[in-house]
Amino acid sequence: MKSFIEFIKKEFFHIFRDPRTLIILFAMPVIQLLLFGYVVTTDISDAKIAIWDKSKDEISRKLTDKILSSGYFKLASTIESHNEIEKSFKKGDVKQVIIFENNFGKNLKKERVANLQIISDASDPNIAVVLTNYTQAIVKDFIRVNKPFATSPMRIEIKPQMLYNSELKSVYMFVPGIMAMILMLICAMMTSISLTKESEMGSMEILLVSPLRPLQIIVGKVIPYVFLAFLDAVFIIQIGKMVFEVPVIGSEFLLLSVTFIYLLTALSLGIFISTVVNSQLTAMMISAVALVLPTMLLSGFIFPIDNMPVILQILSNIVPAKWFLICAKDIMLKGSGIGLIWKEVLVLSIMTIVLLAISIKRFKSRLE
Amino acid sequence: MTTTPNSPLSTPNSPLQTPHSQIIKVKNLVKKFGDFVANDNLTFSVEKGEIFGFLGANGAGKTTAIKQLCGLLTPTSGEAEVAGFDIFTQPEIVKKNIGYMSQKFSLYNDLTVYENIRFYGGVYGLSRKEIKERIGFLLEKLNLEHVRNTFLKDIPIGWKQKLAFSTAIIHKPKIVFLDEPTGGVDPVTRRQFWEMIYEAASDGITVFVTTHYMDEAEYCNRLSIMVDGKIVALDTPGNLKEKYESKNMDEVFIKLARNEV
Repeated sequence: MKSFIEFIKKEFFHIFRDPRTLIILFAMPVIQLLLFGYVVTTDISDAKIAIWDKSKDEISRKLTDKILSSGYFKLASTIESHNEIEKSFKKGDVKQVIIFENNFGKNLKKERVANLQIISDASDPNIAVVLTNYTQAIVKDFIRVNKPFATSPMRIEIKPQMLYNSELKSVYMFVPGIMAMILMLICAMMTSISLTKESEMGSMEILLVSPLRPLQIIVGKVIPYVFLAFLDAVFIIQIGKMVFEVPVIGSEFLLLSVTFIYLLTALSLGIFISTVVNSQLTAMMISAVALVLPTMLLSGFIFPIDNMPVILQILSNIVPAKWFLICAKDIMLKGSGIGLIWKEVLVLSIMTIVLLAISIKRFKSRLE
Repeated sequence: MTTTPNSPLSTPNSPLQTPHSQIIKVKNLVKKFGDFVANDNLTFSVEKGEIFGFLGANGAGKTTAIKQLCGLLTPTSGEAEVAGFDIFTQPEIVKKNIGYMSQKFSLYNDLTVYENIRFYGGVYGLSRKEIKERIGFLLEKLNLEHVRNTFLKDIPIGWKQKLAFSTAIIHKPKIVFLDEPTGGVDPVTRRQFWEMIYEAASDGITVFVTTHYMDEAEYCNRLSIMVDGKIVALDTPGNLKEKYESKNMDEVFIKLARNEV
């Protein structure tokens, strides 16, 4: 045990003395969060919209003017029928269709409530949400400005609808998405590099000749990364909460538990890679191409899985991050408990156990 | 490649003792990789306190043999005992009793001298007090107290090599295995290194060393010469030179390697 602790201590020395490792561990999560939080969902201007004004009264025209003069939107076409909604989306660049109900103005004056429907193209969920929020804000402002002339409170009932990706699969996904990526990076890439380094330098032999057992060597090498990656995950959730107001509606304990399982999956992949390559550079390349890229592209983090070709949809099932993201999103945004996500947790757990068993077996046999 | 006949090192007193003090016993050891026979029926023994040389060209099977004795490789067949323990059934106990140093690696560059030694001491289960004492003693002996807290990457390679050797025997093993320990080191440092080996041997540590430097071979008490996975000769350097009518080990080796005898 003493020799094991000494070994872990050494591992921490390696990590804290390597500036590059430190940057990946601590600067990268922050930079990525800020990038995705601020840059990717940045202000949108001149988004093309179509308007279907069934009412054509003074108030609906006034509201239309206000929306179009906000600077966020540009009128691409006015439409007159239901068919045209889909057509204008399909034709391309229309991002949102706003529909005034019949007798919009009259309803608002008489019933004090009128309905406005907003349909957004959610194949790019981030933009869809931002645009919907803009429209809602403009409408609210319209009501507020016109309040003084009203005798009793009035309300415009807004019915947002997302087209093509009704569940908004990747809105707010950047927090769990970045967690998935950073954990893959640290646990898979960094551990595979650190294990390969030991064999490349020849120190692995020295360790193997020592009374340390192979299992102690693997565990000792990965423990610091487990610890730091977990710290990073907590860190990312907190920044998401504080800076971007991405909520954690469900249980944080459950979220961290799922994160831990995912972390072990990534780790076993890292160990596995170290058993098939001989140099640190190859370890890095393979981790980046075979692990980090699919985590970004095929997990549903950046591109919604529903919009992918069938082949890629099937392929996405073997990307651990996909399952992690479903769990994380449900816990964070819908407040789901284990009862609702047990299937995904099970898939992730089975992946972890199988990968861990294969990796450790390969690692041990490679050493012999 | 010159021998140094006047060197105090070139005429070691052979500490050969009774056959009961054999610390390494190897019988019919075979290691195959697929069809390739890396070690073909090795049989030899090493006496306690001896400096035993393993000589051979690259690829002759030296490293394979040393790895099996250290528990890094499992032999295909045969028998072997190291420090009194069977390498097949008690590899973990064997590991506690040996030290190992290879040419490829000498300590971690991003740890300080002190941390490196402490790490190995810790891995071999020495107590904190023992580690402290031994590091103090060791640094004083090597005259390296001033670099105690220097990162290893910042000290000259010769010092590193000495430190690596001292570290490999920090836990006072019964045997130390050195796999081409002086590769890539200048002749002066090599001499100093061998002085350290002698000192360790006089402290009762058996030294098992592989090399392909023939001048170093002269420093060993006994030598085994490997050619193509087989031990073709095993004796003291003096006897070998006599037997093969050679001036130095270089000639002996070339004759053996070319199958001229």
